[in-house]
Amino acid sequence: MITAENAAHFPRVSKSPEPPDVRLQGVTKRFEDVLAVDELTLEIPRGSFFALLGPSGCGKTTTLRMIGGFEDPSEGRILLGDHDVTGLPSYKRDVNTVFQSYALFPHLDVFENVAFGLKRRKVAKAEIAKRAREMLAIVGLEGMDRRKPRQLSGGQQQRVALARALVNHPRVLLLDEPLGALDLKLRKQMQLELKRIQHEVGITFVHVTHDQEEAMTMADSIAVMSRGRIEQLGGPTELYERPRTAFVAGFLGVSNLLGGTVTTSGAVRVDGTGEIRVDAPLPPAGTRVQVGVRPEKLRLDDSAANSVSGTVVERAYIGVATQYVVDTPAGRLTVFVQSSGTAAEGDAVRVSWDPESTFVLEEAS
Amino acid sequence: MTSYAATPARVRSLPRAWAFVRRHLLTVYAALALLYLMLPIGVVVLFSFNDPVGRFNYTWEGFTLDHWLNPFGVPGIQESITTSLEIAALASLTATTLGTLIALALVRYAFRGRGATNIFIFLPMTTPEVVLGASLLTLFLNLGVSTGFWTIFIAHVMFNISFVVVTVRARIVGFDRHLEEAAMDLGANEWTTFWRVTLPLIAPGIVAGALIAFALSVDDFVITNFNAGATVTFPLYVWGAARIGVPPQVNVIGTAIFAVAVILMLANVLLQRRKEHA
Repeated sequence: MITAENAAHFPRVSKSPEPPDVRLQGVTKRFEDVLAVDELTLEIPRGSFFALLGPSGCGKTTTLRMIGGFEDPSEGRILLGDHDVTGLPSYKRDVNTVFQSYALFPHLDVFENVAFGLKRRKVAKAEIAKRAREMLAIVGLEGMDRRKPRQLSGGQQQRVALARALVNHPRVLLLDEPLGALDLKLRKQMQLELKRIQHEVGITFVHVTHDQEEAMTMADSIAVMSRGRIEQLGGPTELYERPRTAFVAGFLGVSNLLGGTVTTSGAVRVDGTGEIRVDAPLPPAGTRVQVGVRPEKLRLDDSAANSVSGTVVERAYIGVATQYVVDTPAGRLTVFVQSSGTAAEGDAVRVSWDPESTFVLEEAS
Repeated sequence: MTSYAATPARVRSLPRAWAFVRRHLLTVYAALALLYLMLPIGVVVLFSFNDPVGRFNYTWEGFTLDHWLNPFGVPGIQESITTSLEIAALASLTATTLGTLIALALVRYAFRGRGATNIFIFLPMTTPEVVLGASLLTLFLNLGVSTGFWTIFIAHVMFNISFVVVTVRARIVGFDRHLEEAAMDLGANEWTTFWRVTLPLIAPGIVAGALIAFALSVDDFVITNFNAGATVTFPLYVWGAARIGVPPQVNVIGTAIFAVAVILMLANVLLQRRKEHA
């Protein structure tokens, strides 16, 4: 779909040490007496695909709406590049939004929808037609110009919403749960498509979602939010393999958490069982910690450095793997095994894992 | 059916008719209801072609096109129609503008007195017209305003606003606010957003409100009668004429108004269909 011509139209933004595209400085938002966003400070680098991830009510959409200019922060500043936009209306900000409901203008056809922003900026008619057609080609909607939004499928409407925003070539594109209304198969397809388009146009994408898999598939960096604050910020791998809080560990997939105490030898004595080795920075000896390990990093054998014995209480085939639930002195462990495995319910087994696969949570409990 | 084949036709026709009615009960009922509604209009239309003897147009005397060829052939009728149309146009325009703004304010903004406004806006719809008309007259007399064209206009704007607000509000309530946010997100300021997005989308409600207002205004007798002074609208003219004999021209004008309404309605239906199939 990309041609040399339209690629030249969107010069790739280099990830150079220029000012970040979006900066939030101590941004707080209160609705009546509800604290939606709590002193949020955040920098989103140029050209990145950034995800705000969290459960509903965590403040991610409010944060996005404040960047877009639909809500004013109660406190703090918002900058786009070097430009302080706090308090500016959305039509004076160099950002565009893809709304969850798409918000396509029902009385205008696809072309008019896409041309809406360029018309407001008084771009010449021929130029509008050229750019709108190019953008419709990029999102794969050639020849749909004259359709009305309600004559399109959900996926097509989503693409129109995307084209309508991107055609203005904003500094930042905001996406508010853009794939929420699509069915699973289309959602998977659009995830990759969005990633490709972001690559193609080189615009900074800020993406709000409650779907951890969606965030991990698309984003370069993810800010996991909870109760108006950022719990942890990092790349998908980092967040998945080294979550720092129980919330992050639990929100990004299944994890086994074990309580224990840090020993003098730089290991952790797990309650109810022996010492395990941890290949991650540890707090001082004697501190109570929680260590965790992902189910797919566990093995049903004795081959790795850390191991506990237990009894299989449940076995279920889940397609890509077989899931075992194993009762051990340290607690109940969930194990994903790629091969179908031979252990049956009631069997005594050893569960083992590598020290590198172990993560340590900051909070003790 | 075959069991009736041997019986004489006279005897079997009654049960047959009964069976037909039972099978098409809903259709028959609907047809009767429509007939009940349409019959008076049918009479009005029919008697516009009557050639009455004397001053009263109550008995069928014979067919003529005279009154249709000369609809303003009675002194005063043309002036009364002009007055009615002028008042209706002005009053519905004013009421639609004010009513649309009130409806927008009531749905969009929380302000002191919104609850009270919501109730007051319904009052003219629920108060008996006689009471409204008499009260307004009292008000005008106390203020020393002489009644006439403009007092009718004021009265019509007053009761029309309620209907416009109710009609337009229904349209605004179902309006996706994200559409306005999207427009502003794409660089449209408040003014452009209103003209390019809000207004086109609530326009059907506004047009409907304006048409209702116009129809009510042309039609109103009771309130107008109190506040008309020496001004004569079409309903007042008919009322006056009825006491000394209704000329068939009244039927002609009535039929013409009815025809215009039906044509507008059909045009609207066709337009909607074409939009849907476009």
